[in-house]
Amino acid sequence: MSGDPAASSVEYREATKRYPGQAEPAVDRLSLEVPAGEICVLVGPSGCGKTTALRLANRMIELTSGDILLGEESIRSRPAAELRRRMGYVIQQIGLFPHLTIGDNIAVVPRLLRWDKHRIHSRVEELLELVSLPADMRDRYPSQLSGGQRQRVGVARALAADPPVMLMDEPFGAIDPINRERLQNQLLRLQSDIRKTIIFVTHDIDEAIKMGDRVAVMQKGGKLAQYATPAELLMAPASEFVEDFVGADRALKRLSLLRVRDIDLWTAPLARVGEPTSAVRERLQGAEVPHPLVVDDQGRPLGWMSERDLAADSVPERPDTSPEPVLDLEDVLRDALSDLLQSETQYAPVVDGQGKVAGVLSVEIISHFLNSAEARNLNTDPAERVG
Amino acid sequence: MLGAWSGPVLGAVEIRDRSHATCISQNKLCPGWIVDNFDRYTHPLMEHVHLVLESVVLGFLIAFALALVAHRQRWLVGPMLGLTGVLYTLPSLAVFFLLLPITGRGTTTAVIALTAYTLQIIFRNIMTGLDNVPAEARDAGQGMGLTERQLLWRVELPLALPDIIAGLRIASTSTVGLATLAVFAGAGGLGSEIIAGSNITFKTGVVAAGGLALLLALAIDVVLLLVQWLLTPWRRRARLA
Repeated sequence: MSGDPAASSVEYREATKRYPGQAEPAVDRLSLEVPAGEICVLVGPSGCGKTTALRLANRMIELTSGDILLGEESIRSRPAAELRRRMGYVIQQIGLFPHLTIGDNIAVVPRLLRWDKHRIHSRVEELLELVSLPADMRDRYPSQLSGGQRQRVGVARALAADPPVMLMDEPFGAIDPINRERLQNQLLRLQSDIRKTIIFVTHDIDEAIKMGDRVAVMQKGGKLAQYATPAELLMAPASEFVEDFVGADRALKRLSLLRVRDIDLWTAPLARVGEPTSAVRERLQGAEVPHPLVVDDQGRPLGWMSERDLAADSVPERPDTSPEPVLDLEDVLRDALSDLLQSETQYAPVVDGQGKVAGVLSVEIISHFLNSAEARNLNTDPAERVG
Repeated sequence: MLGAWSGPVLGAVEIRDRSHATCISQNKLCPGWIVDNFDRYTHPLMEHVHLVLESVVLGFLIAFALALVAHRQRWLVGPMLGLTGVLYTLPSLAVFFLLLPITGRGTTTAVIALTAYTLQIIFRNIMTGLDNVPAEARDAGQGMGLTERQLLWRVELPLALPDIIAGLRIASTSTVGLATLAVFAGAGGLGSEIIAGSNITFKTGVVAAGGLALLLALAIDVVLLLVQWLLTPWRRRARLA
């Protein structure tokens, strides 16, 4: 078992679960592949079979037909208990053992695997740190912790034996919205280090879009409605059901997936302080943005030139119109749009990490972009989206 | 009847200290007599302790085994509750007399009957304790790869402990009381002092033996509470938090 890779792919092959006496299968010929190290979110309305699909993977529920592969290996090739020790398991109710200390809770699977004491001790220490809990928590009991702390212990416990796969069933479903967001961000940050293959169940489409490298939308009868990246899901819902489920505001949701650098900016004619306005006027011919942007000698934006500024002989140091809002290439597109709308300006200069103008953004560009085919092929990395 | 108390020997009650003769002869409650005659209770008390401990331990072992079987095979819970319930409702004296021809007079008969009485209480409490284990703790345990046996011993039974001990406390308290009837099965115990010489009108003797039974019940209860306190540290800390 020590031969397990850090993460392994999971593949559902026509996975089906039927309960006797029920006309519809709970999970119906589900086929999807989760590449190693990615987060796959199963999302859908209640009764769509998403939790059943998750629990098929660690054989908490046994398949009726089809198969699930862990790497190259069928989940049926080993005893269930052995399989489960190689898959971290986090549930909404957390399920910490109330009679064990936090340290002992985390150490459950390492003890099952007969790790020696020192290894367990240092692993518990390491995990508490990984989930940002103080080291002195190891001797407390679950009832002494807050809900958010308990959930983090739940994640630490699931990671204890460094399993290649994590199964998370609505892990943040019972947590208040503020702490939920914090835990989501923390998990994404954690994931960028540990790179586990994670199957994550939620009924919340926003959470799915935020957490998933890929999202599997399921619908009643245990059918897979669409399996795609969050961007694809928002750009091109495969059916009316997916479209409805994703929601009417999916255009806006799409924007929260992107950063300003992800789209093609326009260029404004640049004007350097002190240069003659005649040269600037020449540059205005056929420019994408019909206003000159004044920059200093480091290329940082100082403001927009007005007609009056243009009428003068040379470019002023303080142009009439302030450059605000100045956006950053790393800004989330949704925030950038809201800045644009709030300041009631048509154009906003975008700067790079050094503060140098990299282009110009407008509401028009954003709406163009959303309708373009280019947006459909975006590859966004959730770990980088942590705000 | 009073006249029968005039001599130095009254049935099994031997009055050694003449100074309490008056008190005794009037059949009042005579603490002085109890103090002076305390050693006569040592042996019956020890017999009583043995009867209770043997019955409760045996009852626990049987009920525990039944509970483990019923925990796996849920359909057996009903029949087992029924069976132990019948044993529980049988009049104890009748059981003693029914058993006498089979097991004869003595401790064995008494222990069999007393054990039968503890089963219902202990079985029911173990089942309650196991049923009270939070479903999510079971689910998480299974999901982490604990086998059924590991789940039982590492999670379910520790969490059921408070209910199990509650059952043992009720069972042992009621067994202390019931064991006073063991004398009818020829098993001695404090009952022999209560009915001393088939004469239960000796008030002082009844009070002394009854009082000892009461103290015994209390002592066992305190010991069990202490055991629970020691075995369930998580409940203590939780309350401090």
